[in-house]
Formats: sequence, structure tokens, C-alpha cells
Amino acid sequence: MSYHSIVMVKQVPDTANISGQVMKPDGTVNRSKLPTVFNPEDKVALELALQLRDRYGGTVRVLTMGPAKASDLLRDCLYMGADEAVLVSDRKFAGADTLATSYVLAETLGKLAPYDVIFAGRQAIDGDTAQVGPQTAEKLRLPQITYAEEILSAQDRTITVKRKIDNGFEVLEGRLPLLITVVKDAATPRPFRAKRVMAYKNARTLMELEKMADANSLLYVDQLKDDYVSKGLFIPTLTADDLDIDTARCGLGGSPTKVHRIESVVLGGSTHETIPATKDGMYGLIDKLMDDHIFG
Amino acid sequence: MSDTKQQVWVFIEQREGKPADVSFELLSKGRKLAESLRGELKAVVIGHDLQDLAVETFHYGATEALLVDHPELEHYSTLPYSRIMSQLVDEHRPRIVLFGASFIGRDLAPRVASHTRSGLTADCTDLQISDVTYLRKDYPELLLQIRPAFGGNIIATIICPDSEVQMATVREGVMEKIPLDRPVEGQVTQVAYTPEEVDHLVRIIERHHEDAKVNLKAAPIIVSGGYGMGNFQNFQILYELAHAIGGEVAGTRAAVDAGFIDHARQVGQTGVTVRPKLYIACGISGAIQHRAGMSDSNKIIAINDDPEAPIFSVCHYGIVGDVMAVIPMLIDAYKHKLK
Repeated sequence: MSYHSIVMVKQVPDTANISGQVMKPDGTVNRSKLPTVFNPEDKVALELALQLRDRYGGTVRVLTMGPAKASDLLRDCLYMGADEAVLVSDRKFAGADTLATSYVLAETLGKLAPYDVIFAGRQAIDGDTAQVGPQTAEKLRLPQITYAEEILSAQDRTITVKRKIDNGFEVLEGRLPLLITVVKDAATPRPFRAKRVMAYKNARTLMELEKMADANSLLYVDQLKDDYVSKGLFIPTLTADDLDIDTARCGLGGSPTKVHRIESVVLGGSTHETIPATKDGMYGLIDKLMDDHIFG
Repeated sequence: MSDTKQQVWVFIEQREGKPADVSFELLSKGRKLAESLRGELKAVVIGHDLQDLAVETFHYGATEALLVDHPELEHYSTLPYSRIMSQLVDEHRPRIVLFGASFIGRDLAPRVASHTRSGLTADCTDLQISDVTYLRKDYPELLLQIRPAFGGNIIATIICPDSEVQMATVREGVMEKIPLDRPVEGQVTQVAYTPEEVDHLVRIIERHHEDAKVNLKAAPIIVSGGYGMGNFQNFQILYELAHAIGGEVAGTRAAVDAGFIDHARQVGQTGVTVRPKLYIACGISGAIQHRAGMSDSNKIIAINDDPEAPIFSVCHYGIVGDVMAVIPMLIDAYKHKLK
């Protein structure tokens, strides 16, 4: 039996490499200055989905909610081997917390049904919350297996998954369809395939085609879209209007959590005692620690 | 506001009937939050054969334990536990629900929050009650959910102004476990559980679970390394130092990500929070997420070759120098003085 997977992926700011320019003087974050990366665990999730397809056949689609810029991420997924990439993007979705994000994702997944497995990274490095996967599963009334380390097997309508727990592991057997979130060590993502890069480097989302049409009066979006669809290079793009959703549950307005205050981290004046990095320095330090009743 | 008291709930997590420390830590914090709200603290205990555990929560200030006890609930499983918890929250509408940011809590809390459409903030490092003015509207007694964000460059205070139920997860060790001298005279309320077919869509067919091999929280001395240790080989010198002075080895998230040390030994916002007598930070720059997990240590020594490293702003003794040169000198000095 073959399986149809959808992988939820996210383009994230590279929080590990934040430079000075990224922080504005008022302590807020200048997102436009942040370099972006493929959220590492989402990439591993895509790899697991591709492995499932390699083993049993089927399809792998990817879905991201994000700004127009997220199209780069979707092309990366096509280069790795995804059969199709879908962007859901709308200004109305901006500022969403995990609950509002999972609402839009669940509604979009409803449009993309049927599917057997939904994959996602355990968490994204820009928030580390690990909430969007389970919240999406709950909204779709799907079972979930979080912290997946390995897909052991799939047979008919069940999948067997090894998952991490504190100081150990569990092997779970779940009825399909279900949602799986994946930890980093589950697999090593395959590199881009040169052939696929050549084939998909010109794949475009609707927003990108609109931009092309804006820049050239001889081009019309509808024509461009037809052209790209016929060449297999159109990245399906959904907006709030394409989804039958309650916009009051989307974006900042639909998010129950709000940022009340942001403080940039200001370090207090240093009051520590400097110990010279010498043999005598170390002897002195041990004496001090004995006076502090830590040693001796 | 109705006459009924505002409720603060803590989900009590257990494996094989053994409660997680984080649950008692959260009860201790929850008791303070309940006091600020002039409300009451309740524990939710789900599992099998847990009457004693339900009573144990009274030692941390719970005035009532909601006990859902059934043989089929012996091991944590997402679907039945989240169904039970969601129904209880829907029925009682507590003002605050706290979960440990553990494997179980991080699997459970988002599902319950989604079902009840509540605001949920992950990995809080502090929780407070305060009146808040948000967008020119006044909200009395909101839960302030405080956490570092964005690579530790900012500290964010999150609120859920329009959410009837406010939820948060907190890592083990962040809050202090404070048993009461005399337990509260609490009440155990049995809540019935009726298994449903959906509860069995995922079955556990095998499980291996050992007790934690390391208990960083209990270690009086911790020798901790960061990305600045350079490589796995260099990192091993920390075990020599720890062995010499009788401490445990720990690491930062960057050290864990680089493969220098296991996640079980990670100190910081997404690891364990520790308060040892002595914390030796080696090759650690001192991002806020790390400092959140160690800055309450009694004494902190920082060794780093960058005099501008933020770690020096929280340490008591600072050594600017190459860790690989300083540590052997420190070991020698200790042996010479104390042996």
C-alpha cells in the first residue's frame, strides 16, 4: 500500500546567527535584517516523508504558511524531492501565535485532503514552542505522535513509530491518518538533486508571478499562471479568500497570546572579581572558595 | 466576576506512578499565584492507583485534587489524557492551567489549549499576576508569562487578555519546590473516566524508560561547558575537573547542538535550571537562555577568552583566558590545597 504525506514546513529567522543590526535601538527585532533558513527539524520531517515514499510509494506534498518570501523554502523542498509545494499566505495571517497558525494550517490541510500522514518538525527554532503540530492535529481531530525518532513500518492503515521519551523510548502503533512530529536525529536530510534544481529553479508562486506582471506591462498574471501551470512550474498559492475561514481566528487578532512588553537584554554593570589566568591566580581562587565554604 | 473563586490548576505528571518533580515545583508556584488571585489551587491527577499521589499534592498547597483513576490510564497516552483534561477545563473554566514543559506536558498542553481555545506560552521562566492595560483597555489580574525570545536578544512578557483560561508550560527546576510544614486539609474528588474508541487510535506496544541517570538539580558543584570549548575532545577536560572537585558536568544548548554533550545535561531555558553552590562556566558566552538556567547559583566562576562575554556580568569570579590552559591550573591548585 502506498501513502500520501503532507509535510508542514517553516522558514525561520536564523536565530543562531543574530548580529547587532538585527536589534533596533528600541529593543525590537528588525525581521527584514534577519537571514532565513529552512527550519532544521522540518527538513528532517521532509526527509522522513520522502523515505516513506521511497519504501512504500505514494506522494509527498509540502505546505508552508508564511510571507511571499517563503517561496524560496518551497523551491528547496522541490529540489529535495517533494512532488508538490503549497504556499498559504495572506496579510490577514500576520502576527499569528501558535493557535491562530494551527487554525489556518488545519483549514488548509482540510482542502488538501485526502492524506495518510502529516509530518512536521517537533519545533521551530524561532520560538521552540513545539505547539503547532499538536494544535493542528487537535483541530483535524487526528491522533498525534510527537518526538518521532524512526518510522519502523507501515502496514495497511497503521504506522509503527519509535518516539523519544525522557530517559527512554516508546514504540507506538497508530491508525492512519495521523500527525507525526519529528526530532532532529531522526534522519539526515538528503542533499538537493542537481536535476531537480534545474527542473524547479523557475517554479513560482502566485505572488511572484504578480510581481513579474507588475514589473512588465506586457505580462498578465492570468496568462503567466496558465503558462506556469502548463509547464508544471506553478506553486499553488492559497489566500484567506481561497479558504472558507473565520478571519477573526487568524493572525494577530485571532491569537489569544499577545506580547505585552519586550525588553532588550541589558546586562548590568559587571561587579565580579577578576582572577588572573595564572598559577597564583588559581591558588588565590581556591582560597576564596574555601572562605566561601564551598571547598574544604 | 462571579462569586466562585478563581482556580489555578496544575497537571500532575507521573510515570509508573512516580510523580515528576516539575509538578510539585509548579504547585509551589501555583500556590503563590492562587494567593495573589485570592483563589484556590487544584491538582489534576490522571493515571492508575494514584490515591496517594493525589493526597501528596496537599503538601504543596493544593486544596483539591481531581483524580481520574482507571487501569487504562496507567501510561500516558495523548488521546485519552487530552480528552479528559480538555473536558475538565471546559467544565470548570480554571483561570490558569500549568503544565511541566516535559515530553508529556509538551505533548498534552497544546492539544488542550487548542481544544479550549486558550492562550498557551511555552517554557516560561517567570510567572506573575498583575493588572495590565493593553490597547487602552484595563485587564485585572492577568497572568504575566515571561520568557526569553528571539535567540535570547529579548525578554518577552506574554499575556492572554481575552482568553478565559491562561495556560503555560515551565521547565523542570525553574520554579522552586517548597513543601509546606503542614499539609493543607484537601479533598480528593474522583472523576469518572469512560474509555472511548478514539482513545485507542494509538497504542503503546513497547516502552523503555529508565530513571534519570543524572540529577543536575541535586549537584552541589556543576562544571559546565559551552560552544567555546571548541570540540568534543576539549570538552572531555571538564570531566577531569568535575572528577577532581566532585561535581557534575553540564553544557549549554550550543554544546548540546554541537554534539559535545547529551541533552539530559543541558542547563538553560530549554534544559534544566540549577542552583548549585558552585557553577563553573567554561567557554560559555552567556546567552540569556543559558543565564536563565544558572544565574541563581550561589557562586559562579566564568572562564572565557573573550573579556566582553556576557557571562562575566553574572559571575562572581571571572578569568579571562584560554579554558584549555586555565582548567589544568585550576585542577592542580585544588589538588595542592585540599589533598
